[in-house]
Amino acid sequence: MWEQVTEMKSSISFRADSVSCGGTGSCVGTGALARPSRVQLGTCRRPQQLWIRSSRWLQAAALTIAVIVCMGAGDDSARFKDLGHRMMCACGCSQILLECNHVGCTYSDKMRDQLQAALDKGNNDDLILQGFVQDYGPTVIAAPTATGFNRVAWIMPFAALAFGITFVVYVVRSWKNRPTPALADGITIRRGNEDELDEFRRKARKETDL
Amino acid sequence: MSQIGSFALLLALGLSAYSFLAGLLALFRKDAASARLGETARRAGIATFAAVLLAAIVLVVSAFSDDFSIAYIFHHSNRDLPAAYKFAVLWSGQEGSLLFWSLLLAGYGFVLRLRYKTDQRLFAHASVVIASVQVFFLLILNFAAHPFAIMQGGVPPDGSGLNPLLQYPEMVIHPPMLYLGYVGFTVPFAFALGALIMKYPGEKWIHITRRWTMVTWCFLTIGVFLGAHWAYAVLGWGGYWGWDPVENASLMPWLTGTAFLHSVMMQEKRGMLKVWNMALIFATFLLSMLGTFLTRSGVISSVHAFAQSSIGSWFLVFIALTLAVCTYFLVVNRSHLKSEHKLEALVSRESSFLFNNLLLLTLCFTILWGTFFPILSEFVQGHKVTVGPPFFNRVAVPVALLLLLLTAIGPLLAWRKTSLESLKRNFLYPAIGALSIGGMMILFGVRPWEDPSYFYATMAAVLSALVMFTVISEFLRGGRVIAGKTQQSLFSAMLQLCHRNTRRYGGYIVHFGVALVVIGILGTPFNKEVEKEMGFGDKISIGPYTLVCQSYTQDDNPNYGNEWAIINVFRGGKQITTMYPERRFYKASQQPQTLPRIYPSFREDLFLVNDVYLVYEGKNETTGRPIIKAHLNPLVPWIWIGLIIMVFGTIVALVPNAVAVQVAATTPVRAPAHVGAGD
Repeated sequence: MWEQVTEMKSSISFRADSVSCGGTGSCVGTGALARPSRVQLGTCRRPQQLWIRSSRWLQAAALTIAVIVCMGAGDDSARFKDLGHRMMCACGCSQILLECNHVGCTYSDKMRDQLQAALDKGNNDDLILQGFVQDYGPTVIAAPTATGFNRVAWIMPFAALAFGITFVVYVVRSWKNRPTPALADGITIRRGNEDELDEFRRKARKETDL
Repeated sequence: MSQIGSFALLLALGLSAYSFLAGLLALFRKDAASARLGETARRAGIATFAAVLLAAIVLVVSAFSDDFSIAYIFHHSNRDLPAAYKFAVLWSGQEGSLLFWSLLLAGYGFVLRLRYKTDQRLFAHASVVIASVQVFFLLILNFAAHPFAIMQGGVPPDGSGLNPLLQYPEMVIHPPMLYLGYVGFTVPFAFALGALIMKYPGEKWIHITRRWTMVTWCFLTIGVFLGAHWAYAVLGWGGYWGWDPVENASLMPWLTGTAFLHSVMMQEKRGMLKVWNMALIFATFLLSMLGTFLTRSGVISSVHAFAQSSIGSWFLVFIALTLAVCTYFLVVNRSHLKSEHKLEALVSRESSFLFNNLLLLTLCFTILWGTFFPILSEFVQGHKVTVGPPFFNRVAVPVALLLLLLTAIGPLLAWRKTSLESLKRNFLYPAIGALSIGGMMILFGVRPWEDPSYFYATMAAVLSALVMFTVISEFLRGGRVIAGKTQQSLFSAMLQLCHRNTRRYGGYIVHFGVALVVIGILGTPFNKEVEKEMGFGDKISIGPYTLVCQSYTQDDNPNYGNEWAIINVFRGGKQITTMYPERRFYKASQQPQTLPRIYPSFREDLFLVNDVYLVYEGKNETTGRPIIKAHLNPLVPWIWIGLIIMVFGTIVALVPNAVAVQVAATTPVRAPAHVGAGD
């Protein structure tokens, strides 16, 4: 895993260092992938400078994220904790694998050992999870995967929220646009403009002191 | 004994069926005899309570007298079971808990029918609805889950005992609280449906049921939290909420009930959201039934489902029927529920209630969706999938945080319209305070950008602080006004403020409690755990604590044998306590059970309190050495303190308002200043 990290770091560093731009407006390419042509060199202007600078920042950010992610992935105890919390104990106790401690459980210890063995072998997360699915069935994964019909599980709550917001906004707008009801004896109330209403409110608040 | 119980149940069914049918007939007949018929229906409803109470007493007496000829008593009790648990046998199994449901419903109906003079016609409608629910439960009790069924093949010498997980003091009070909540929502539901059927004018049904709803909500809140505490103190995995289907089932009606308690204010104050409130209370009742269905049917596996049977189909039919009746009347009588006012501004208390309802309902839908998705998946894909904590944490937590933000902002908004200036004025200091809490967390080493759970924890801390500062600022602002006018101390002025509008300020106290609960939850990403084989003198270090194993000891009583680990807890080289995590072996049921021990570090930490949580997991089969698992759970005790504050706030909200006190002044005052006039 550390080899993979080092490899990734060097490849990203190469890309990040591939274009350097001096303060004078001339760009010098050092990497084959991003080497600018003569025409580009001659026409390097401010927007291009900005683009190059921002792309360097983006590359640096990508590098940082990649390093953090890979460092996390390289830590076996963190991965054990993470994967152990992404799986359920197969004994039917409905508990997360690493949280199952009920007396006499014949599965949790075996599954934890199996997880540790898979990590020691250097398998990646997907492979480990797939192995558990093969051994214990799809219910061993603690949350629906983001594939096929299972995607619906993740989409629906947010779709419901979006629908709800749209509905509330629609209701609020329709209420706001509703005409003021006339009183029973035919008297209609002049609504007044916003400034007048604000003044009324200010007076009312002052009188009630809150 | 069993014959008396069976007869009482049959009698109760006959009485409630009469109460329902005669009551229904009396409502639709217009002749002179209908009043007398209605009165007989009311009395039959009262008599139902007596009959169900008799059946419940018979079951409890059977438990105390070890009458193992009754199958229910045999399966849920034994001779050496302590008295408190023998009493709890009433709700420890399926048949008993259905009888308990029926008893509570009959009790609520009894009170309601005694107070019928408040509004005879509305109460008669509500009484019929309650009788119909009563008939359903008594039908199940008589024909599908009979609590007085006789053991086949002779009377056994002893019972098979109560499930060890249920032998914990909280289990004596947790189910009654939860059931008082579930069943209690039947009352506002009955009034709402009754008011809808009879096209009851005005908001009186809401005024009548307001206290019922708040009391019911309070019971449900206590029930949900006691369930969480039971899971924490008994199941031994170091957590209190596992998004288990039965836990979810109790949370769903709580969410819709909370939404109803908020939106009902719009109907009272502004005559708006009438259809919505009806729909909410219908949903709350149906979700309560769904909760009972989930607990009892075994359709979804759960650590809390202590009974599985075929009564699920009864519940499904009842839920479908209720849904059809409610929908029918909601559609037919919708013209009666037209809104009286219109919304004037987006930044107003009204719209904050709308968004509050939206978020609560989204949360409820998410939980419902996640709970039932395994069944849907099996139907569509042919195999079940698990929808566990990772799903709920990822989907529900962001919505809950938005809700917390609204809890902070909502009370600062005025009815009809709020000017940005006043919002800024009221919001500035709480916002600065809350942001500084976030800053302090980062300063003390929390890195929200490193892990989503840290990000959520930081956000939750900031928003909880915002809620608390907002509540405090509201009290201070109102208190200062009264103190300035009445020359009393700020504290007594705040008490007076609270007493003038108990509902509003009680609600604020509840919000404060909710914020404390969130603070208790946000410690989860910082939990630590260590598991180790511990012999005499062995040590475990966890956080600032060192745990030293002093010894192991054993004990025995007629109900169970047990073994304790004696663990001394040190901090900074000083012994602060001794803990006794325990393992029991119940003789009657032949089942082992671990009992964790919890030490909340209030004396050492005060605010940043930790729970030291020890579990004696048993012995390593290979080495024979005992295994101790230690958890360090930061901030968890605040959850239970938050609950106490929420209950206190609800009690405050239930106290009637004091008449606005006349301001003592040398110059004549035309009218007293009404402080805290709007909820």
